[in-house]
Amino acid sequence: MRKLALSDEILMTIEKPARYIGNEVNSVTKDPDQIDIRFCMCFPDVYEIGMSHLGIQILYDLFNRRQDTWCERVYSPWVDLDRIMREKEIPLFALESQDPVKDFDFLGITIQYEMCYTNILQILDLSKIPLIARDRTDEDPIVIGGGPCTYNPEPLADFFDLFYIGEGETVYDQLLDTYKEHRKNGGSRQDFLLRAAQIPGIYVPMFYETTYLEDGTVDKFRPVRPDVPEVIEKQMALNVNPLPYPMKPIVPFIKVTQDRVVLEIQRGCIRGCRFCQAGMLYRPTREKDLEVLKQYAYEMLKNTGHEEISLSSLSSSDYSQLEELVQFLIEEFKGQGINISLPSLRIDSFSLDVMSKVQDVRKSSLTFAPEAGSQRLRNVINKGLTEEDILNGARLAFIGGWNRVKLYFMLGLPTETEEDIRGIAHLSEKIAELYYETVPKENRSGKCQIVASTSFFVPKPFTPFQWARMCTKEEFLDKARTVNLEIKNQLNRKSIKYNWHEADVTVLEGIFARGDRRIGAAIQLAYERGALYDAWSEYFDNERWMKAFEDCGLDVDFYTVRERGEDEVFPWDFIRIGVTKRHLFKEWERAAQKIVTPNCREKCSGCGAAVYGGGVCFENQN
Amino acid sequence: MKIRIKFGKYGAMKFIGHLDIMRYFQKAMRRAGIPISYSGGYSPHMIMSFASPLGVGLTSDGEYMDIEAEECLPSEEAVRRLNDVMVEGMKVFRYRLLPDDAGNAMSLVAAADYLVCFREGCAPALAWQDQLQDFFSQDEIPILKKTKKSEKVVDIKPLIYSLELCEGDIISMRLSAGSADNLKPELVMEAFAAFSGFELPQFGIQIHRKELYARSEDTLLPLEALGEDIGE
Repeated sequence: MRKLALSDEILMTIEKPARYIGNEVNSVTKDPDQIDIRFCMCFPDVYEIGMSHLGIQILYDLFNRRQDTWCERVYSPWVDLDRIMREKEIPLFALESQDPVKDFDFLGITIQYEMCYTNILQILDLSKIPLIARDRTDEDPIVIGGGPCTYNPEPLADFFDLFYIGEGETVYDQLLDTYKEHRKNGGSRQDFLLRAAQIPGIYVPMFYETTYLEDGTVDKFRPVRPDVPEVIEKQMALNVNPLPYPMKPIVPFIKVTQDRVVLEIQRGCIRGCRFCQAGMLYRPTREKDLEVLKQYAYEMLKNTGHEEISLSSLSSSDYSQLEELVQFLIEEFKGQGINISLPSLRIDSFSLDVMSKVQDVRKSSLTFAPEAGSQRLRNVINKGLTEEDILNGARLAFIGGWNRVKLYFMLGLPTETEEDIRGIAHLSEKIAELYYETVPKENRSGKCQIVASTSFFVPKPFTPFQWARMCTKEEFLDKARTVNLEIKNQLNRKSIKYNWHEADVTVLEGIFARGDRRIGAAIQLAYERGALYDAWSEYFDNERWMKAFEDCGLDVDFYTVRERGEDEVFPWDFIRIGVTKRHLFKEWERAAQKIVTPNCREKCSGCGAAVYGGGVCFENQN
Repeated sequence: MKIRIKFGKYGAMKFIGHLDIMRYFQKAMRRAGIPISYSGGYSPHMIMSFASPLGVGLTSDGEYMDIEAEECLPSEEAVRRLNDVMVEGMKVFRYRLLPDDAGNAMSLVAAADYLVCFREGCAPALAWQDQLQDFFSQDEIPILKKTKKSEKVVDIKPLIYSLELCEGDIISMRLSAGSADNLKPELVMEAFAAFSGFELPQFGIQIHRKELYARSEDTLLPLEALGEDIGE
């Protein structure tokens, strides 16, 4: 039997020891003597969050299909174990073999949101890997970053040996083969990184430097040596059907956030909402075939024993065979005690019909994401959902027996006025009124329950709003107060609940999102002063962060509240995602003019993603 | 039809708590294709109940659950199918048909066998082995039982059916178990430590459950003995 890295005494003292023992159903164990490459895959957050992530399951399966590679996992130790590991100097270990991460060839870290940056440093630190890439030796693993945040890797540039820009299924084999050859031939860490930098999509930050203008903006970003590429091209799998997909995903012992079979039905989104980074990064939209998905559903349910299956995509309603897929899932699995969990669908008669088949109407709620309170602002952000759509959907739902509605909005969007802000309250009120008009008294089961939630808008790289000014914490909170007050002054205030997100953590997210290399020092300083689990409000300490920026001589406002000019060079401009900066700027201008841009299926707007030669861009041309 | 399943829990699996073991088996039933019955309603659940939750940190040779099955599956086949989908540290031993009028495992549990040993470095310095028999021979073994509201002295002697030293300094004990008079081996060891005058460190002992028993007239029968193997 495997020997665990932690003693029984420690495991009995900490919360949820199952986070650290591995051995889950479908986890992969190999004989290390038969292996050339040991890869440790990390999600830098607590186990229950990390285990819910589809991307890691895909890569774990992809790597373990290789006979020469053993891929294992590691997640952030929770604060209780973190303390014990530091006290007793226990090195961080991978779950499967329980071997120290430091002994691996690679440590791959998926970077899904900005607020996990200090957890990345925790992983390195507890593994006893130097935080700064330049300080590492041949004894240390190669530290790779991947995931959405790597589309602006600069704030993290000092901490990573290389970043993988794009979809994992494309050039990882090439990277691992290169590594194997390098090991066979012998050579320094630097030699390997240089060879890796030749692989498309691989960015090795230590081979590049940034110079700045007097105003603090980027002057030039360039390679420091002639033999590495000047731009990094996003890697993408054009045909998503033949891609390997994990037929035996790992089944955790403890309850995790996503405790079900997940079918990825498509990549990319046709919509082009101007605030949405994923919508631009993953263009062009590529669908998986229905028959492929049906086969996956059978196999994955059989191999996991999960009692629930769900669909994953950026906008499931746009999947062209959604009706067939959902009907299939219901007919095939509903009778076997399998729950069908539907993602947020556009509310119409179809979605209401299937929802009533798969969930208890009285207990479930409907979700709308208008994002903005007025039609004017929805046009600015290119959210093609009209008030009429929402009210029609809500009316149908109320007739169908639902009485709970969730509404998602953003505050602080570009051009937002007082009227737009109040519009959030007014739209909520209209839906409440509609309920009382639509449902006769005798059919009501109590009040309708409307939950309006607002998050604060963060401008993200590679979106039309990457030029936008972001609000200050005080402005954000003022806006939230305005909404709250307006709701409280309305007739149906008792039917409407209003929630808003934390403002200071949003500001930090904004700094990281559009930050440059200089930010890294502040991240390290804040971490060394105790910042960790910043995504968890009970551990987030805003003052510590602000002090760290100040002590590093960084002006927070420079990154957040400054509107950028057309000619500004962004820290992330060296990455090519298909969608051009020219298109994004055109969209920024159209936003100011409140002009809606049609979605990819209605009309091509020439964003640049067609350069890949596939997906939705060529759907009707075959 | 009612089926009783006997299984064991070893190694690192001792850190998986009872509720998670239930979830684990629900998924294992599906993977193994066991024809288990479901309740009705909007979110049907498997008809499955466990005899006696095993605490985190304990291993066991004698865990039980009862399920309701839709059709007959030969015992050997069912045990094989389940073991094919088990993780390291979980093992299924029996899949037995119960009489229709059989009570459920949980309500039947009357006693349990445990093996207890000191963890490395946690054994008392004194010759505790010599005192075990004296401890058990007492007429009364009073312990202070703390509840949320009060403290009271309880005599646990009648709940200890046997207690002896086995090879390798392992203490074997048979204790009253079940919903009425459940006695935990930890309590017996605490009482023994107090009697012998040694300090029992936290997490100082490792406990292994051997078997669960039902009372049948004057004797104790292992829960598995109440069912029969299903032939081919």
